[in-house]
Amino acid sequence: MTDAVEVRNLEKHYGQTMALSGVSFAIAEGQVCALLGGNGAGKTTTLAILLGLLLPSAGAVRVLGEDLLAHRYRVLPRMNFSSPYVDLPHRLTIAENLRIYARLYGVQRIARRITALAEELDLAELLDRAYGGLSAGQKTRVSLAKALINQPDLLLLDEPTASLDPDSADRIRGYLLGYRRAHTATLLVASHNMQEVERIAERVLILRRGQLIGAGTPQALIAQFRRNNLEEVFLDVARSP
Amino acid sequence: MPMRGRCLEASNRVLAMVLRYGYLMRGSWPRILELVYWPAMQIIMWGFISEFLREQHASLAGVSIAFLAAVLLWDVMFRGQLGVSVVFFEELYSRNLGHLFASPLRPYELVIALLIISFLRTLIGVGSAALLALWLYHYSIFRMGLPLVAFFSNLLIMGWSMGLLVSGLVLRYGLGAESLAWAGIFAIAPISGIYYPISVLPFWLRPVAKAIPASYVFHGMRMLLFHHVFDWRAFWISSALNGLYLLIGAAVFFAIFRVARVRGLFLNLGE
Repeated sequence: MTDAVEVRNLEKHYGQTMALSGVSFAIAEGQVCALLGGNGAGKTTTLAILLGLLLPSAGAVRVLGEDLLAHRYRVLPRMNFSSPYVDLPHRLTIAENLRIYARLYGVQRIARRITALAEELDLAELLDRAYGGLSAGQKTRVSLAKALINQPDLLLLDEPTASLDPDSADRIRGYLLGYRRAHTATLLVASHNMQEVERIAERVLILRRGQLIGAGTPQALIAQFRRNNLEEVFLDVARSP
Repeated sequence: MPMRGRCLEASNRVLAMVLRYGYLMRGSWPRILELVYWPAMQIIMWGFISEFLREQHASLAGVSIAFLAAVLLWDVMFRGQLGVSVVFFEELYSRNLGHLFASPLRPYELVIALLIISFLRTLIGVGSAALLALWLYHYSIFRMGLPLVAFFSNLLIMGWSMGLLVSGLVLRYGLGAESLAWAGIFAIAPISGIYYPISVLPFWLRPVAKAIPASYVFHGMRMLLFHHVFDWRAFWISSALNGLYLLIGAAVFFAIFRVARVRGLFLNLGE
């Protein structure tokens, strides 16, 4: 199995502040991988580098077989992302926002794709509403629809079920796993929801203060840290000096 | 991928961004009103001043016409600049840059889209003011004929250069620097020779005025209105300076785009 993401000795510093240091990992094609860590651990920095939004200070990044730093425009059409911290234009309707991103990603048969996504993510009744007028949970689903508009091979998700009620969150997790199976897509999920991670991730990467301190299956990490579940592992990592 | 396919994809992305601003305008009547409101107010105020001057003395009739032409042409540059910078600010207000630049949209495609939108906004804003001048004061700027196209394009390009520069600075320093969009252009207004020739400026300020493309355009406008000749020399100098400044504006914007990728500004832009 080939790697969809391969990161070697990644470093990022802002002046004297080290955001990432010597981070190396690989994610196999079709795998669901979770990125765990407390606030400021380096999760968003890692995702931003993988999206080409942030240049690393050192290291190599290969995404979908391409050197991301040299040829990011070759891979960007095959990737996408969603984050509750990056908005879409507030005054535009959901349909308008999706139409624009469909064009940006070169999607064919735009109307059909938007209709399909709206049905799958329960957005059909919201399509003509302005993005700014939606609830936080609805925005999360719209952001996911935007992330899936181009049927990406690599999907980077920052807290994909943030602000969703437990029922909607559960359905979205199921939907994402279904999408992964149907498209052999690779998912990298940054989340603080340990139950979510245990349910969907086959592999977990744990970051602390910009360093990768653990990598493996959820069970292997629970065993490695001698805890009962990932929640305890997370607390252990977050609270250790 | 063959060149034709790449060009088609690029134009589709540019079209997507133009469409994005089209949707924004369609959904917001204050924005549409704002497009024509300020040019209309300018022309109404300066129109009355011109009328007053004409009533004072018949010999001032020519000057009053030059005022009206200058007001309309100055607005081309002002609207051209705002059309780039303010439209770019919309992406910052909506915190959408992260989505945009994680998509296949190239920075130069965004710039092309901004220039197209600026052209359309300027055409609507200044076009409405020109029609208002025709209706209220029976003054038609279109009587200038083809030279009007030369003046319009040179002023629009100068506005674009400034707009790119301001957008770059706001990308770098955040929305706290957005007042530059207004301050910058008004800072050069007094030395652009809009309502008076630059020969009235202090001796030491004239070389600065001569480095501003707009000063040649307004000189050309007065030559046309008062002497009925099109000053080709002024036109070429203005065009050459504009070419240079547009390159500098774009270079600054792209350089700051890279700085933004180094500093992670696309995820943290705000006040």
